[in-house]
Amino acid sequence: MSEKSSIAALGDADTVFAFKAVGVDAYPVADEAEAREKLRVLARNYDIIFITEQYAERLPDLIARYKTRPFPAVIPLPSSSGSTGFGRAGIKADVEKAIGTDILQVEEKKDDKR
Amino acid sequence: MAVMRVNPTRMELTRLKGRLKTATRGHKLLKDKSDEMIRQFMALIRRNLALRTEVEAALASVLGSFMLAKAVSSPTDIEEAIAVPGRRVKIKSGSKNVMSVEVPSFLVDASEKGEIFPYGFASVTGELDGCIGQMSELLPLLIELAEVEKTCNMLADEIEKNRRRVNALEFVMIPEFTETIKYITMKLDEAERANTIRLMKVKSMIEGRKQ
Repeated sequence: MSEKSSIAALGDADTVFAFKAVGVDAYPVADEAEAREKLRVLARNYDIIFITEQYAERLPDLIARYKTRPFPAVIPLPSSSGSTGFGRAGIKADVEKAIGTDILQVEEKKDDKR
Repeated sequence: MAVMRVNPTRMELTRLKGRLKTATRGHKLLKDKSDEMIRQFMALIRRNLALRTEVEAALASVLGSFMLAKAVSSPTDIEEAIAVPGRRVKIKSGSKNVMSVEVPSFLVDASEKGEIFPYGFASVTGELDGCIGQMSELLPLLIELAEVEKTCNMLADEIEKNRRRVNALEFVMIPEFTETIKYITMKLDEAERANTIRLMKVKSMIEGRKQ
């Protein structure tokens, strides 16, 4: 896999279009079932898969399965219709898993007070 | 804590003492590992958060301008312009070792040279050029985000696993061993005393018979 390791973008046509323009392999999908099928296939052939948050949110089981493996890295990104906060929620979940509480949020609140 | 079901013998006692020593040492080592992993994780997660904030903001603006570019010229023109990308982004992926966790590392393969703009300038407006330029600048950041985020995911998982190990040692194994060792010691002492008493009794019986 190492020789053809490259990047894929999965999501709605408008978002994926931007990735295609810079040479990322783009896979536009129209609905959840199609995205699920495509992600399974892509996971075998790509090292980095960017997926729009809208679809990532609807495929939590697949995302969770790839999360603890070194490859592929499935990264949720906001789509052209804006961010749903799913990516940030992922970071928060990581912190909570590792430390027990979301200390980053506490820090942010502290900054607000200053 | 429950005492293990073992024969209260001297051999078992020696064996258990050895295991307790190993468990204590293992506990200390794992705890140190946990501390270091959390330290590294904190640095990484901060980087992750910063990167994500940056990337999300940049991506939103780029995607916005893409929409604009699409609106300015006809969609079919643009579709046609980028239908065949000038180059395909390739990455070299290897693996790194962070506290004995195998994490991926991605490197943009610079050997793959190609034109950024895959189209002639006649059919397309300047907006699209700008978008593609911005997007190309964003790409290294996106790849770094992928690497950092993946590392964070895996490290978080490993920290959790490690914490379970530490807790199992601290709250189950080690108390169990200490209790069992105590139990065996007490049993052995008891046997020793019983033996002494028995000897004393026998002695007094023999002396009683002599008289």
